[in-house]
Amino acid sequence: MRDKAQPLEPPPRALAALFRRELRIGQRIGGGASLGVVFFLILVTLTPFAVGPDLNLLGRIAPAMLWISALLATLLGLDRLFQADHEDGSLDLILMSEASLELIVLTKCLAHWLLTGLPLVLASPFFGLMLAMPADRTWSIVLSLLVGTPALTLVGAIGAALTVSLRRGGLLLPVLILPLCVPVLIFGVAAAGGGAEAAAFAPPFLILCALSLLALVGAPIAAAAALRQMSQ
Amino acid sequence: MLDRSLKLFAQHRFPLVSLMRLSASRLSVERGGRIVFSELSFIVEAGQSLIVTGRNGAGKSTLLRALAGLLPLAHGELALTPAAEDSIAEKMHFIGHADALKGALTVAENLSFYAALLESGHGGVAPLPALEAFGLGPIAHLPAAYLSAGQRRRAALARLLVARRPIWLLDEPLTALDAASQGFVAQIMREHAADGGIIIAATHTALDLPASELRMGAAA
Repeated sequence: MRDKAQPLEPPPRALAALFRRELRIGQRIGGGASLGVVFFLILVTLTPFAVGPDLNLLGRIAPAMLWISALLATLLGLDRLFQADHEDGSLDLILMSEASLELIVLTKCLAHWLLTGLPLVLASPFFGLMLAMPADRTWSIVLSLLVGTPALTLVGAIGAALTVSLRRGGLLLPVLILPLCVPVLIFGVAAAGGGAEAAAFAPPFLILCALSLLALVGAPIAAAAALRQMSQ
Repeated sequence: MLDRSLKLFAQHRFPLVSLMRLSASRLSVERGGRIVFSELSFIVEAGQSLIVTGRNGAGKSTLLRALAGLLPLAHGELALTPAAEDSIAEKMHFIGHADALKGALTVAENLSFYAALLESGHGGVAPLPALEAFGLGPIAHLPAAYLSAGQRRRAALARLLVARRPIWLLDEPLTALDAASQGFVAQIMREHAADGGIIIAATHTALDLPASELRMGAAA
């Protein structure tokens, strides 16, 4: 929307309708919401089998394992973010809407994060217990995931937009996106207390906040540009 | 049944902005380095219809997608008079091969979403009456995944009613429709033209509609 003297009504209505539709679809098809948490649980459960029952070691690597698991669980299903709409033709109609594509991308990301990212954040304290994570670190892992997972979803949306017309985009997406997630992972794990002992919480956490804000501004623009190019 | 639905639709009719004109001059579209069509020019005035014909692969669907702004033009220009404030695509309805229905959502939910998404200030029929007009009232609460091909097509065409847009781009609108539904679609197309709308339809089926014809020949 350019700043013309146009009524502001239709675009917000379109975005609200899109948001409700995304939530409904996610809740109805069995996969959307619950599968990410189950995948998260399986990854976390596998760790003690691989590392062994050394509680000290497990407790030390718990924040890192939770973050890597959350990263992989977030990517799960992200490849369908735009691809499903592209295949059934609804992406064409979304492109022909009056609402700006950047805001549409942001709306879809918000719905996707509420369905897949937020459950991970809420489940992380309980899964932390399975890794013998010290109780005093619980709040820092929850806070770091709460702030960091939106960035993962937003960056992932760029990859989802780039692979929108590819049939086998499911594998290409992580290859494109995981390298871009490294900064979020580094500062997320640092804030969660997985780095050096006695590291301060605030500096890495604030950088994580900055990364998320950067993704919030930049990713919708990049993903919208990619969608316009790739959906042809 | 059809009489009742037509009356229902007629209550929601109102004239669109008249004196509109869509002019295409020397359009060319390339797909993967191959020229699908080139040097295509036409003008459609308000209230007129254009039927695009041609053999399979002549580029009918490509033309409609290009008009809708979904494919880039290699050359040529597409203009709307009076000029659109934003993009021409926002004045257009596009009914393509894909029905754009989400199987997990009910028919009514699908249509309500498009009513809000495609709304462009011209109003429209509420989703449920629009579904009733297309004879889908009794199955409005069913997930779209359970619909037959003809029912899916009708649910897609119901988009034309829930959000009024002056230009209709219809790609094989009558595919899979029964005779009664074909008659109803022809009827709303005539009414849309009478209201000052523009219709560009690609079809192999004869439409009961006064229209000029654009024959797309063999690709260059």
